[in-house]
Amino acid sequence: MTEQVLSLQVNGVEHRILTADHRTLLEVLREDMAMVGTKHGCDLGECGACTVLLDGRPVLACLVLAVQVAGRTITTIEGMAEDGIPHPLQTAFSEKGAAQCGYCTPAMLLTARALLDEVQAPGPDDIRQALAGNLCRCTGYNKIIEAVEAAAGAQD
Amino acid sequence: MGTGHNVLGRALPRVDSMEQVTGATRFADDLTLPGTLVGRQLLSTHPHALIVGIDTSRAEALDGVRAVITGSDLPITYGILPVSQDENALAVDRVRYVGDPVAAVAADNAEIAERALSLIEVDYEPLAEVVDLEQGLSEDRPLIHGEGSGRNVHRSVALEFGDVDEGFGVADHIREDVFHYSGNTHAALETHCVLASYDASGKLTLWSSTQVPHYLHRSLERVLELPAGRIRVVATPNGGGFGGKTEPFSHEFVAAKLSILTGRPVRINLSREEVFYAHRGRHPVLMWVRTGFASDGRITAMHFRSFLDGGAYSSYGIVSLYYTGALQTTTYQIPNYRFEGVRVFTNKPACGPKRGHGTPQPRFAVECQLDRAAEDLDMDPVGIRLVNAVEPDSSTVNHLRITSCGLRDCIAKVAGASDFTARHGRLPHGQGLGLAVGAYMSGAGLPIYWNDMPQSEVQVKVDRGGGVTVYSMATDVGQGSTTMLATVVAEMLGLQPSDLAMVTADTDLTPVDLGSYSSRVTFMAGNAAVEAAGKVRDRVVRAVAEKLEANPSDLVLADGRVSVAGDPAAGPDWSEAVRMAIATEGPLIESGSYRAPELAGPYKGSGVGISPAYSYSACVAQVRCDADTGMVVVERVWLAHDVGRAINSLLVEGQIEGGVYMGLGEALLEEQAFRGGLHRGPSLLDYKIPTILEMPPVESIIVESVDPEGPFGAKEVGQGPLLPVVPAVANAVHDALGVYIDEVPITPDRVVAALRDLARGGSGRFGPESVPDFDFGTPVRVEPPEGFVAP
Repeated sequence: MTEQVLSLQVNGVEHRILTADHRTLLEVLREDMAMVGTKHGCDLGECGACTVLLDGRPVLACLVLAVQVAGRTITTIEGMAEDGIPHPLQTAFSEKGAAQCGYCTPAMLLTARALLDEVQAPGPDDIRQALAGNLCRCTGYNKIIEAVEAAAGAQD
Repeated sequence: MGTGHNVLGRALPRVDSMEQVTGATRFADDLTLPGTLVGRQLLSTHPHALIVGIDTSRAEALDGVRAVITGSDLPITYGILPVSQDENALAVDRVRYVGDPVAAVAADNAEIAERALSLIEVDYEPLAEVVDLEQGLSEDRPLIHGEGSGRNVHRSVALEFGDVDEGFGVADHIREDVFHYSGNTHAALETHCVLASYDASGKLTLWSSTQVPHYLHRSLERVLELPAGRIRVVATPNGGGFGGKTEPFSHEFVAAKLSILTGRPVRINLSREEVFYAHRGRHPVLMWVRTGFASDGRITAMHFRSFLDGGAYSSYGIVSLYYTGALQTTTYQIPNYRFEGVRVFTNKPACGPKRGHGTPQPRFAVECQLDRAAEDLDMDPVGIRLVNAVEPDSSTVNHLRITSCGLRDCIAKVAGASDFTARHGRLPHGQGLGLAVGAYMSGAGLPIYWNDMPQSEVQVKVDRGGGVTVYSMATDVGQGSTTMLATVVAEMLGLQPSDLAMVTADTDLTPVDLGSYSSRVTFMAGNAAVEAAGKVRDRVVRAVAEKLEANPSDLVLADGRVSVAGDPAAGPDWSEAVRMAIATEGPLIESGSYRAPELAGPYKGSGVGISPAYSYSACVAQVRCDADTGMVVVERVWLAHDVGRAINSLLVEGQIEGGVYMGLGEALLEEQAFRGGLHRGPSLLDYKIPTILEMPPVESIIVESVDPEGPFGAKEVGQGPLLPVVPAVANAVHDALGVYIDEVPITPDRVVAALRDLARGGSGRFGPESVPDFDFGTPVRVEPPEGFVAP
């Protein structure tokens, strides 16, 4: 087992950590950095609950090795609000009832944010396509779609 | 007092939603303590085998391993029902399914724990396996619980209410149909997780993703032989429950034991694969239903048989069995009713309660058959349901008390919104509409273990600054129970739900609530909260009235003030009013409780199905089917739900939409499938649940019948809306293609098989042909309740 000292840019802050090569970004975020907002759902890339943004694009943290992303920019749910002001998606998810148990929510929010960063006014089909890899077992998704649409409107 | 509502019924966000959307919610797996060890369990690789020996010595010798335990370390059995304590935390002498935990380790990290598991040697002596209903009923298979061979019948039941033979005798038309409902599982996004810590003072604390902290507390007391006062259970916010975390699980005892042995905190987080084995999900049920109808569509008699494949352990199984026969009468007036059912043990993960517990299966059968009877009698689906619909304030033949009932309203609302009558039977080939209804309990009428204490207790404490803290063991599994409690208390006190501090689901800090199951929390904890907050309000009103020399009945609590009606500025603000109350009568701490009225009928088994109130739902599903591929796409769903009164309309809609979603998964996709005793695909890639791409728009229609006993008239919404969804889809597929798919999930291969049969001149039916020949014995005859009026 080899180990490396890595530098990870997480939510705008540089973190230097010593980690074994085989550990995933999910493990390093949760166990070494105590950023437990990123959720563990399956460890197999099936459920989407561990989605974070890597250079602005959604990736599954359970399928990414920490050593693969050294020096790159990572955004987690802890970095979504700026200066304590919630992102419009966070406000919309709260107001529209888009979170029930809340377990898939951080990943949903980050995936939706990547969409909004790319498409200013996504339609329902754009939203469905973007979120198709994020499972939710509570809401039936429709309130999530409503929330993303509302947040897109609020961003204008 | 004023009559308007402060916050009741409004579409307010959950009180915990900002924590959720910022990632601040702490689930069990997010908690850690200094020195926490990783616990892992070794699972059986055999469906059925004797354990001849276990050698843990190599695992124990591994550097970084702190403890290794096997079945003999936790010899005391447990089980959620007092009558069936048939589980060991780790297998003793015998394994009963692939996935049965056999041994466990606590180690410094996950890698060492996994390595240690691989060093444990288990010597198995395989036994013949029992993997389906037929084998379960066979005389020559080994007993899964017991010695020797014989039928693996867990429990059977035979009950008759009224005179079924007479009812069939007067029928103008009789139908017999056979249905099968496949087993499926909860698949909550959060895997089950526990953190156990046994501290230096000898106190054990468990933080666990459980829906039932009180029952877990009691089970830990039994299995670990520790006094209850030395055990604290904290139910962390559940990352989805759906019934999958509603009983004590192996890993909870194991983590506790490992912590006791090592003196260090131990966390066990089940893998996704382990969750499929832990299961306790929907029973596969084979059903035969014979129903007599008068020429005008009225039901004259029903005879219902159910066969449950229960898996390896009892779990809630006896209750699940009775539920497959209990609630048929809550939607339709059935004057004569016979129910026969049997549950068998098999060498598969144990089935238990999933959203709707034991009632979606018979609901599928009854609603599909009813549509066929309508065709036979030249009626339409709406008409045959309305002619049979139960009335408010009535009794059923099996002694269930119906109070508020919005069933007719629900049917009218979905039929109207979907333009059902004009479009059903008239859409182009491949498109169809289906209707179905359902009803569910607002809380089981009886606790799981016999006791005469309240089913829910709530405490409200107010500090001198006016801060209100609500204490309740009600456990938020995502359904919003904490928000419900906050809304109820805020409504009573003229505050905002977000003003309150909520302390929930902690056996040290909160008074007992039995747990988040049977859709009981709004009704039971809600009523307890109304009582507790009402006492607080009365004290505050008394003190302010004295001060203002006003009539207490003229005072209004609203917008954070206590004032005289018509003069909102005159009275003190809330915190000042609170200080007046504390000054006059002392600490402002009040409690309330709820216990259900005595509702059980005069027969064994009557405890299952009784409830202080029933919710009602009606659903229309619109489908588009591809006759070549057999693919069924649900295009739109209308669902009306009688929730009594919506305490928070946003959360009620959320439960309706979530119930529709879960029902659609069961209707079209989900099956806990096995090859022999081996799960076919214990992963979310193989076990397919609907993604956002499969989810159609849902029109949620809230019907408010205002229940006479519910908190502000409220009833349940967590489970009921799922029930009519599955048969509505099946009926819509029939409308679209003319085929009858009598087995869910309605997969493309089944649709294609039925279409081929239709093309060959057959009936176009896919489904089981018959049910096993099982002797249920002479049914216990029960007279209908006094005053029961046969329709």
